[in-house]
Formats: sequence, C-alpha cells, structure tokens
Amino acid sequence: MSTSFETSSSSATPGGSGAKELAPDLALKIHDLMLKARVLEDRLITMYRQGDGYFWIGGPGEEAFNVPLGLLVDKGQGIQHDYLHLHYRSSATLLALGADPVDSLRQMKNTATDPYSRGRNFAGHYSARKWNVAPISSPIEVQYSIAPGTALAQRAAGSKGITIVQGGDAGTAEGDFATCLVWSSRKGTELPILIIVTNNKYGISTPYEGQHGEVRISDRGKAFGMQTATIDGNDVESAYWGLKKAIDYVRTERKPYLLEAMVSRLNGHSSASGANFVKDELDCLASWEKKLEERKLKTRAEMDEMRAKYTQELLEASKRVREEPQPAGESIWDHVFAAKNHVAGEG
Amino acid sequence: MATMVQAIRMALHVGESRLGVTDIFGEDVGPPLGGVFTATQGLKTAWNSPLDERGIVGMAIGLALAGRKPVAEIQFCDYAFNTVDLLKIAGNTYWSSAGDWNVPMVLMTPVGAGIRGSIYHSHSFDAQATRIPGWKIVMPSNPRDAYGLLLSAIVDPNPVFFLKPKALLRAKARPGEEIPGEPGDDKALSKMIDAPLGDRSKWQPEWPKLDDLFIPIGEARTARAGQHVTVLTYGRNVPMALAAADELAREESVEVEVIDLRSLHPYDWTAIKASVKKTHRVLCLNEDTEITNFGEHLVRRIVEELFYELWAPPALLAGAHVPGIGLADNLEHASVPTKDKVKQALKDLAKQVP
Ligand SMILES: Cc1ncc(C[n+]2csc(CCOP(=O)(O)OP(=O)(O)O)c2C)c(N)n1
Repeated sequence: MSTSFETSSSSATPGGSGAKELAPDLALKIHDLMLKARVLEDRLITMYRQGDGYFWIGGPGEEAFNVPLGLLVDKGQGIQHDYLHLHYRSSATLLALGADPVDSLRQMKNTATDPYSRGRNFAGHYSARKWNVAPISSPIEVQYSIAPGTALAQRAAGSKGITIVQGGDAGTAEGDFATCLVWSSRKGTELPILIIVTNNKYGISTPYEGQHGEVRISDRGKAFGMQTATIDGNDVESAYWGLKKAIDYVRTERKPYLLEAMVSRLNGHSSASGANFVKDELDCLASWEKKLEERKLKTRAEMDEMRAKYTQELLEASKRVREEPQPAGESIWDHVFAAKNHVAGEG
Repeated sequence: MATMVQAIRMALHVGESRLGVTDIFGEDVGPPLGGVFTATQGLKTAWNSPLDERGIVGMAIGLALAGRKPVAEIQFCDYAFNTVDLLKIAGNTYWSSAGDWNVPMVLMTPVGAGIRGSIYHSHSFDAQATRIPGWKIVMPSNPRDAYGLLLSAIVDPNPVFFLKPKALLRAKARPGEEIPGEPGDDKALSKMIDAPLGDRSKWQPEWPKLDDLFIPIGEARTARAGQHVTVLTYGRNVPMALAAADELAREESVEVEVIDLRSLHPYDWTAIKASVKKTHRVLCLNEDTEITNFGEHLVRRIVEELFYELWAPPALLAGAHVPGIGLADNLEHASVPTKDKVKQALKDLAKQVP
C-alpha cells in the first residue's frame, strides 16, 4: 500500500514519511504503548486458541493510529471532557488512555472481574464511564448515530470537550454513517465531533472495491461542508499530526471533521477468520521500530527485550485471570434497570 | 378538562421547567408546528430534527449518556421499526456495561388505529416494545394518567417508552381524569396553551400552575370493579372495555372488572393476580396483531400460575394478524377489536362455568 495520501494538512503533515518528527520522549512512549497493545492482542489470540475465550476481535495493525488517538484525547468523566464512541479494534486506544491490559484478558475470559462488562460482552467491547468511553457494541456503525448526542450535549453546555467517533470502512455503508454526517453539520447547529473511519480496505471478506463507489470515504464529508482528510494511519507521525490537526480543529472551531485513516488489518477480521498474521500487509509496529532504530532512540535488542518482558507479564497474568471467578448465573438479573441516574451524577 | 394531547404538553412543560428535561425533539416537534398531534406546542426546549428515526433514537441515547434528559418522539410508531437495533442498545447499555452507564431517555410515539390512518399510520408497537428488555413501557388511557405517567417516565433513570394511543389524543377527559392544577374550563385552557392557527411567531403559551403527579411505573389501575370477568387492557381499549362493561351490566347483569395496566413493563402482576382470583375469568385485550402478542404473555403466565383459579380458559382479543390496517371503515373495524367484539368475548367468558 502506498504511504502517501492527500491531506488538507499540507504543512504539518505532508503525508507519509515526510511527517514532522515527534520528540523522542513521545516517540518512545507511543512505541511502548504500541508494543504493549500488540503483545496484548497476541495474548488474547492465544487465549482464544487455548479455549480461554470464545471469540477474538481486536486491533493489531491499528496501533500507529489508535495509540496517538488515546494520547490526544482530553480524558475524564462528564461533559467537560471528550467522549469516545469507539469500535471493537480500539484496545490500543484504551491502553493509551491508561487501561490495565489485564482487564482485556478478563473480558476475553469473561470473568466476573471483567470491569467492562462483567463477563457479558465480547473481547474488545470496552465501556469506561470514568473516561467517557461509551459502551462499544457489536452492531456495526450504530455509534455514528449515538455520537451526535454527546456532541450536542457538549455544544449545549459550552464544553471544551469534543466527541470522537470511530468505525470501519465497510460499516460506512450503514445509514448511521449518513446520520452522523447529517446531524453533525446542520447549519447553525454544527457539532464538535471528530468522525473517524479506520479504513483497512475490508469488511470481513468484502474488499473496498466491492462496496465503495467513492474514491475516498473522507470525500463524503465534503458534501456537508466538513473539513476532511485521508491520512496514513500506519505511520505514527502522519497519524499523530493528522489526528492532532483534526482534534485541534474540532476543539477550537466546534465543528465536525471527517478523518479517514488508512490502516492494516494484520490478523484478519477476527477469530471467525482464523486470526492468523497476514504477511503482505504493512506492519506499523515493525516500521515504527525501524524508525526508532534509525533515529538511535532504541536498539533492536532493547525492543526485543521489552517485547519478551511484556509477553511474559501477560502470560503470567493470563494464568492468574484463569483462576478468577466466573460470573454467577443469577447475575443476569443485575443491572437490568438503574435505580439512579448515574450519568447525571446521582449516586 | 384537558385532552390527552394537552396533558402530554403540560407534562412536558413541567418536565422542562422543573424535572430537568433538556431536549424535546423529533420530526416537526419544534416550532412552528409543535408536533403533528400538537403534543409539543409552546415548549421551550422543543426542536425539529432531521427526518431520520435512527438519528433521533441515536441522538437521544447520546444525549442521555452525556447526562441530559431527552424526550424524543417518533412521529408515528410505524416508523420506529427501522430503529429496532438502536432501541435494543438503549435497552441493553446498562446491562452490558454492568451498571457503568445508564440511559435516561423517554421515547414517545403515537400508536394504534382509530384515526383512519391506513397501513402506515395505524400500527401498534406494544408487543414490539415488550420484546426489548431494558425498557420501561407505559401507555395511558386518559389525560390524568398521561400526565402522571409522563412525569414518572421523565424522572426515571432508564429508557422509557411512552406510547400514545392516537385515537384518544383528542378525546375528552371524564370526571376523575383531571390534571392537578388545570383550569376546569376547557375553553380557558385552550386559550392558554393551544397555539393559534396562522401566524404563531409571537405566540407564547400561558401555562397553568400545575402540581406534580407521579403515577408509579408498574402500577395498574382498576378502572371499573366487577366480580364476573376481568379485562386486562391498556390505552385505547380501556374506554372501549368500560363501555362494553357498562352495557353488559345493564343488559346481562354481568359485572366486568376492567384493569387498566398503564405499564406494560414492568407490569402489575399483583393487581392482575388479585383480579383473576376474584373473577376467575380473564380477557386480555389490545389491538396489536395477535401472533406473539403481549396479551399472550399474560395468558401464559396466568395459565401457569393461576390455573386452578380459572373457571374458563383465558382469552386474548387482539388485532388480526394481517399485514396492515385498511383505510376503509370496514377494513379497519375488521382488523382491530371493537366494542361489539369486546362485548361478545366478555359475554362468552362470563357464561362459562367449570
Ligand atoms: C449491523 C451489523 N451487520 C453485520 C455485522 C457482522 N460484521 C461484523 S464485523 C463486519 C465487517 C466490518 O467491517 P468494517 O466496518 O470495515 O470494520 P473492520 O472490522 O474492518 O474494522 C461485519 C459485517 C455486524 N457486527 N453488525
């Protein structure tokens, strides 16, 4: 895949390899999180294969984009912070927000200790009200219908927070994507919303060309008067600066922005398609590591050592998680109805 | 006395002025129209949405997640079917997030036949709604209940369906169905809160000083006491059952007990049980199509739990399982329960002895 894309951010992100260099600290921090996220996904796939889970879906291949996203978010609970309506490939974003990777293992193992759903939901289906991460649910693209609601609430509150919604390329065929464009751009009621499409060029097996007539998904935003860009989501610096530009725009202009990020899908769609590593897709982690080596920020040996250490830690964690309690059957009756309005700060 | 549509409007006014309602929206809900049935005229937080039901439900969920208190409207329930997976999400978010996020929204929508609405403006949604766990579902049969149930729906921290029986929206209230604080004089009330025809740009409603009335969700009301047969019903069929009961009392000396469920979920099993134990005969009455009907659920539970109390097989009188409601009078009458059908069903039940 080509690494250069048209982007409206011509000076800061000329696209691909020419993107402005990140400061060493940040470059290393991103690497650390990307590596952790990759090792986590590898562990989840192994757990699935060993029968310690029923289904795997996740984000290997999206780390170069999803880690910067998590780092650029104004994280917190409530209207003054950013709301995130993510999809099921967002583990790296969660880690960048500060999530404990062991909690992802718990969700894979559907334990009672899984903080995201207490054994009720699939892997990668996060929910974290403390960080405004709205519950991720399986129906493709519904988050695009829901996100304008938090954005309108922010607009009404005069909040500095913005809403960020993310989904896949195939899912943009759903009406919810059009809903998002329409409701975000009504004249006089423009919403502070960053609409992200991570384009890995596939549905489950349907290639991009099998569903899209448009050249760029981001072009669809132009009809609504939105700022748009397509960026290389496999390149950390393009992703970081592309995201930063988009987020800054939404934060200051309080208007929608449609950002398409080209990414790889390194382990296929999910466990349903085998979850095997796909060799002919660009590996954003490998290429970032190569850059760090070239810039002499880390040696190959150091990075291998980090990987071994994280792998070992998560292996041990998975053994511990295996011993954690499963939810009791009767717990299905918990949380059917709320007694208090938590989201409004009661209780 | 207020009509149901005025009652709804007054409840929404109370909602936005003292119960925290922040957004009342849907297609044509804002000015100048104030809703195709005028339920949202003169409200300060009412606004027009794009013509997009999925967007309306999604927006309501998002607003609710951000701590606001939306009341959204689907213009006719017939158009809510394209939102079913979003309705599921509203219903399952609290559960799937194990109590992390609740979704405090109200979704109101007019339901049922009775206005010669033909195939796409006469559908029912009660059976459908009861198929979506995580929602509370209410349906009033008179203005007072509409007011009291809507106030309860507004303060509830969960998604609540407020199903509006279209055929009753403009019906006159009966004695005992007053809203606390409304002026007794219909004309005076109309002058205060009904938007004038023509130019409304300068019009402001003058709201009466209304009192709180919270009719608890999950509590039925005995609309008429009787000892021979129980009718379990709600919405539009309540006045019909009452009329049939009055006639049966006169003509056949059959005393029918009419239980207005008011809430379909959670429903008032205590009241149902007490009534069935008293009359030993029961008719479930509603106008949604009869196959996999909410009344069927009630029949099943009554058979399972109250079998030895029964002197006759419990019956369901519901809408015909046909794809639509026809426009012609005869077609509409043939598709939904009518007073005569209700009377006949009750008479048949009352006759039976074990
Ligand atoms: C509404 C809906 N239809 C179908 C599915 C089954 N499904 C799961 S993932 C997927 C493909 C999604 O592709 P895309 O939107 O490009 O996202 P990606 O998984 O590639 O990130 C499908 C069809 C679903 N989850 N939801």
